Amino acid sequence: MPTRTDPATDQVPEATRAPEAADRRRRRPAWVPYLPYLLPGAVAFVVVIGYPFAMNVYYSLFKWRGGMAPMRWNGLGNYSDLMGDSAFWTSFQNSVAMILAMVVVPTLLGLVLAAVLFDYLGRRFGPRVAAFLRATYYLPQILPVAVAGVLWNWILNAQTGALNVTLRGLGLDNPPNWLGDPDIALPSVMLVLIWVQVGYPVVIFMSALQRVDPELYEAAELDGAGWWRRFQAITIPQIRPETFVVTLTCTVAALKVFGPIYVLTRGGPESSTLVPSYYSYLNFFDKSKVGYGAAIATVLTLVIIVVAVVILALQSRAERREQEGR
Amino acid sequence: MSTVVPDTTTAGPAAVPAPARAPRPRRARVATGHDQRYRRGVGRWLVLAAAVLVALLMLSPFVIMLLNAFKSPAEYSQAGPLSIPKEVYLDGVQNFWTRTNFPQKLWNSVFISALVAVFGTLLSLLNAYAIGVGRIKGRLWIVTIFLVANMLPQEALIYPLFDMAQQVGLSNSQWSIIIIFTVIQSAFGTYLLASVLGTFPPALLEAAQLDGAGRWRILWQVVYPIVKPTLGVLMIFFFIWTWNEFFIPLVMLTTNDTQTIPIALASLQGDRMMDAPTTNAGALVSLIPALIFFLIFQRTLTRGVTAGAVK
Repeated sequence: MPTRTDPATDQVPEATRAPEAADRRRRRPAWVPYLPYLLPGAVAFVVVIGYPFAMNVYYSLFKWRGGMAPMRWNGLGNYSDLMGDSAFWTSFQNSVAMILAMVVVPTLLGLVLAAVLFDYLGRRFGPRVAAFLRATYYLPQILPVAVAGVLWNWILNAQTGALNVTLRGLGLDNPPNWLGDPDIALPSVMLVLIWVQVGYPVVIFMSALQRVDPELYEAAELDGAGWWRRFQAITIPQIRPETFVVTLTCTVAALKVFGPIYVLTRGGPESSTLVPSYYSYLNFFDKSKVGYGAAIATVLTLVIIVVAVVILALQSRAERREQEGR
Repeated sequence: MSTVVPDTTTAGPAAVPAPARAPRPRRARVATGHDQRYRRGVGRWLVLAAAVLVALLMLSPFVIMLLNAFKSPAEYSQAGPLSIPKEVYLDGVQNFWTRTNFPQKLWNSVFISALVAVFGTLLSLLNAYAIGVGRIKGRLWIVTIFLVANMLPQEALIYPLFDMAQQVGLSNSQWSIIIIFTVIQSAFGTYLLASVLGTFPPALLEAAQLDGAGRWRILWQVVYPIVKPTLGVLMIFFFIWTWNEFFIPLVMLTTNDTQTIPIALASLQGDRMMDAPTTNAGALVSLIPALIFFLIFQRTLTRGVTAGAVK
């Protein structure tokens, strides 16, 4: 891609079009006839994403109860209120927990599982065993997360849920209230999210491993490197691009997470599982504080973009360093 | 999982008596590699057992769901969640089916997801044609904007979208959902397809141009047939993503007759009527369409996930 952009940027400073060669003049408008193909997409994009996003930022500058209620100018008041709102800070603290549950643990676990499936079990028991195990890991990923959440909500229900009924059957009189205890609810939600998420890195990493030249492994094996050593020295560096993609997409997803929280805990108990997206939803449609909800959504957007830029910058730095190393 | 390594080494001493049983000539044939390979031979079962254990953990919620979807409430409170139902109790399924009017929810989900898949792919193709083949000026910016749009939290769009839908008479309409997701999905599709079309062989395009084909004809007779497999993957993905969407449908679709399957199930939560069999049967019935879809397209899906990752 980058090499292809160069000729285009060459064409940009084109105040000099008249004295230039004729072929250059002919080349310049070559892209213009393609503009109509972009038109439907551009219009749809502005209507569905651009304009609403701008309006959301605009709303965040008002005190507004929504609908026909009067909008009162509040400047950056909503944002300064956010800074002193402990629920807002809690929600972003919980985002860190979501990143742990949806990025860090699944990526590490997925890396090991993928390597074990591909390069250990796949070789010793055949690729069909590995493919079957992979499918079981991936299964939660293809289901509507809200449906999986409803199922888990019942399993973890303190009175009638499968887990506690089983625990009581085993003689535990007072099993924990998994989703109802402010101290336990967040770890419970995190476990459910790990369950949902882990299959994604496994699938990505397994296909990444297919890309790796088997001769690298054979050479290392001949040199007497054990499985763990080969995993460290070959597997991890070779699949770094995929690791970045997984990290980026999962981090964005973790910051945006809404469905599982909605069906598992609704942010409770006592805001212990509140996340920014749910807090914004709550202000929009429950508390009728539209301006405030819009401010939360705007801050969340900014955080996501900053985090994404940081990850992308780290990626390009790693790539550059790798190239210099060679 | 680092235990894997100690396991294989500790398996060594335990394995020592075993070679005695093996006839000597065979051992000689395998030569030096034998010892190492044998140690792995025991270790590999431990690794397999660990991987299977993880698989069982992943599947356990589904097993529990299956066990309890067809178990009467009386049997549930008596025998607990882990027993195999003595007789098949269908009231849970029936209860869920009639209360949600499931066939309608199924149709709503299929209708919305299918149209989004088609429109979203079409829009992605048009955008990507202009960006990747047309090499429109500022295309790097356009792709970046699409990429950023993909990261936006839907909360940052929902209230204005909700307002706009009301103003144009699309409140509680499935068409509002279809339009919104067509654009959201095509933001990703454009990003992916544009990079695919950016590497489209120029010789093919030039040949078509020499034959006098216009841009429109080149798109449909040269580009389209070649990227058709990619478009297929995109369509499947758009379908599944839209099917699984929760937040925007939850806000926009306010009545029973317009809602999709995930919303219908979630909105029954906390209902007095939702006893164990109804909840489990509801989850089961709601999962089946996604599961069938997964089984049909499993191959394409794993290939597609990969394509998305490598860009």
